[in-house]
Amino acid sequence: MANVALTGLKKSYGPVDVIKGVDIAIEDGEFVVFVGPSGCGKSTLLRMIAGLEDISGGTLSIGGRVVNDVPPKDRRIAMVFQSYAIFPHMTVRENVAFGLTIAKMPKKEKEAKVAEAARILQMEHLLDRRPSQLSGGQRQRVAIGRAIVREPAVFLFDEPLSNLDAALRVDMRMELAKLHQDLKATMIYVTHDQVEAMTLADKIVVLNAGVVQQVGTPLELYHSPANLFVAGFIGSPKMNLLPVTVEGVTSSSVTVGSPDLGVAMLPFRPGAVVVGDQVTLGVRPHMLGLGAGTRLPGAVQLVERLGNETIAMLRLKSGQEITAALGGDQPIRVGDRIDPGFAPTAAALFDTAGIALTRA
Amino acid sequence: MAGPAIFLIALFVIVPFIFAIGLSFTNQRLVSPNPAQFVGVDNYQQLLGVATLTLDPVRDAAGALVRDEAGAATYPALRGYTRKNPDYPGLDGMREWFSFTLGEARTFVLAKDVVFMTAILNTVVFVLIVAPAQGGLALLLALLINQKLRGINLFRAIYFMPVVVSIVVVSLLWRFIYDGNSGLLNNLLAFLSFGTFRPVDWLGTKETALGAIIVMSIWQAVGFHMVIWLSGLQTISPTLYEASAIEGASKWQTFRYVTWPGLRNTAVLILIVITMQAFGLFSQIDVMTRGGPLDSTQTIVFQAVQRGYGKQDISGGSTISVILFAIVLSISLIQRWLTREKR
Ligand SMILES: Nc1ncnc2c1ncn2[C@@H]1O[C@H](COP(=O)(O)OP(=O)(O)OP(=O)(O)O)[C@@H](O)[C@H]1O
Ligand SMILES: [Mg+2]
Repeated sequence: MANVALTGLKKSYGPVDVIKGVDIAIEDGEFVVFVGPSGCGKSTLLRMIAGLEDISGGTLSIGGRVVNDVPPKDRRIAMVFQSYAIFPHMTVRENVAFGLTIAKMPKKEKEAKVAEAARILQMEHLLDRRPSQLSGGQRQRVAIGRAIVREPAVFLFDEPLSNLDAALRVDMRMELAKLHQDLKATMIYVTHDQVEAMTLADKIVVLNAGVVQQVGTPLELYHSPANLFVAGFIGSPKMNLLPVTVEGVTSSSVTVGSPDLGVAMLPFRPGAVVVGDQVTLGVRPHMLGLGAGTRLPGAVQLVERLGNETIAMLRLKSGQEITAALGGDQPIRVGDRIDPGFAPTAAALFDTAGIALTRA
Repeated sequence: MAGPAIFLIALFVIVPFIFAIGLSFTNQRLVSPNPAQFVGVDNYQQLLGVATLTLDPVRDAAGALVRDEAGAATYPALRGYTRKNPDYPGLDGMREWFSFTLGEARTFVLAKDVVFMTAILNTVVFVLIVAPAQGGLALLLALLINQKLRGINLFRAIYFMPVVVSIVVVSLLWRFIYDGNSGLLNNLLAFLSFGTFRPVDWLGTKETALGAIIVMSIWQAVGFHMVIWLSGLQTISPTLYEASAIEGASKWQTFRYVTWPGLRNTAVLILIVITMQAFGLFSQIDVMTRGGPLDSTQTIVFQAVQRGYGKQDISGGSTISVILFAIVLSISLIQRWLTREKR
C-alpha cells in the first residue's frame, strides 16, 4: 500500500516537451484515472511512474520514497499493458508465475499464489493453456493475474480494455472495480474512454498536451468543469457551448445575452469579467428539458430515440446547432420547433480565456 | 504468373538434378568417343565401399610374436587380401583407411576410395564446428548490435562487409594472412609473444590447414547470419521486454525467457542454412589449399568438381552430388524433427 506523489514532473524527448510539469497527489488505495485525447501524454506519464521512461524533471515518490532513479522492479509496482504483453511460449500458469520464478520463490509458495490469483480472476480452468488458445479477455485476465501475484503497492493499467469488444469491456470494467475493492491497492489507470473513467475512478485527472487540466471526482468534473477543455471532454453527448455577451454584472450574478438566448441572469461571481466581454455559456444536453427555465428555441434537425431518452439536434436562430437529451420518449419530429430550457444554476460560464467562473 | 519461374527452376534446378541422378548409374565421361553404358550402382560401390578385416599378428614357428625394430607386433601385408584374393572377393581393390588394435588382433578399416572417405570426414568435422560456432557468434554480435546507440549502423555495415565481398577474394586475402613466412597471423603472434613464436605455414601443414579454413569461413559469413538474427530480434515485441523489466528479470533471465524463445524459428532457419552452406564447402578449398596438404582439406564438393571436371569423370562427380544430396536431405529432416514445435 502506498501513496504516489508527482511533483513538477517533466518529460522531454530532445527539444519536444511531452509532459510539462505535472503535480498530482494520489492517496493510498485510491483509484485514479488519467484521461485525455490521443497523444496528450497519458501513457508517457504512466510509464514514467513505472520506470520505463526516465524523468526529465521534478520528483516522483511512491510510499514516501523518491524513486526517480529506482529501477522498475524495485518500485513495488505492477503494470498491465494494452497489448497484454504475456509471453506466447509459456502456459498461463508460467505467465502468471513469471515474476515469482524470476525472484526464485519456492515452488510450493509460488503455486499457492498462482492458485489464489486464478481464483480471484476465475481462470482456474485456463492455467494449462497457452496464450494462443485464449480469447482477448482471457489474455488480459492473465496479464492482470501476473500483476496480482506480485502483490504490488501500486497497479498501473495502460488502456487495458481497449482491445476488447464492447460487451466484454463492460464486464471487465466491473471486475476491475471489484478487484480494487478486494485488494484495496492504489491503482492508476489510463484510458481515453470517459465511461471507464467516470465509472471506475475515485479521482480523474484530465490531461491535455502534457498539462493537467483538472483533478477531481467524476461528478466534480461533470458538474463543475474547470475550463472549456474539460467541459468539452467530459460528458456524452458533449456540453453545448454558446457564445454570449456580458450585459451586466453584480457581485453574485452575471447577466448575459445573445440572439438565441435573449437575456439571462446567471448566478456566478463575475471575477474579472466586465460588461461587453465575449464569454461562453455551457449547457449540458441532459440539463435541457421541455417547459422549464431559460429557453433556447430552435428547429429540430435530427431525432435519435433511445427509449429511455430522446436526443434532439436543434438549429438555433443564429444557425448554431445544439444537442438536447430529453427524458423519456418525446413525440417530436424533424422540422418541429421546440424551446427546451435549463435551470440557470445548472449552467456553466467560461470567461474570455476559457476558465470557468465560480458559482455564487 | 508463376509460369516463368517454374520454367526457370525446372530448367536450371530440376532437369540437371534428374540428369545427375541418371548419370550416376552410368560410366559417362566428359568427352569420350564411346557411348555411355548403364553400370548400376557400381559408382556408389566404388565411392562408398567400406569393409573391415581383423588380422592376428604374425607368429614364428615357436608361436612367439614377430616384432619389428620398434618392438611392435607385425601383421600380414594387406596387399595379400586386397589384390585378387579369391577368398576375399569383397576386399578387392580396397586400401587401408585406418586401423585399431583390440587385444592382440588388429582391425583394419578398408575403403574402396580412401580420399572420398577423408573428404566426407573433413566435411562433417567442418559442419560440426562451423554450425554452432558461426551461429552462436552471429547471435552474440546481433545482441550486441541490436541497441539504440549512435553509430550502430556503422558497426552493422562493418560486420556485414565480408559477406558482400566475393568468397574468392576473401580466400585470396586470407592466404596472405596465413602465409608461412611473413603472414599477418605469424607476425601478430610473434609480436604478442615477443618474438618467441616460431612461424607456422598454416595452410601448408596437415594439422592446421582445416582449422585455418574453419576459422576463416566462420569469420566470412558471420555477418550474414547476424543480419538474420537481427531480423528475428526485431520481431519480438518491445512490450515483452518492458514487462520482464517490471517483473525484475536480469539480463540473462530476459534472454532466457523472452529473447531466446522468441528466436526459435530464426534459430531453426539459421541452423539449417549454415549446415547447407557448410556442406557445400568448396571455394575456400579451391583457392587456398586445393584439398592438400596430404588430403587433409579434401571435401565432398571439392571431390565432386575435381572428378567431374578435373578427371572428366562426369558420372563419378554426379554420384558424389547425389550422395551429398542424400546426406543434406537426411540431416535437414532430422534437424526439423528435433526442433519441431512440441505441443
Ligand atoms: N520516443 C518518443 N520520441 C518522441 N516523441 C514521443 C516518443 N514517445 C512518445 N512521444 C510523443 O509524446 C506524446 C505523448 O505520447 P503518449 O504515448 O503518452 O500519448 P497518449 O496520451 O498515451 O496517447 P494515446 O491515447 O494515443 O495512447 C505524443 O505526442 C508522442 O508523439
Ligand atoms: Mg497511450
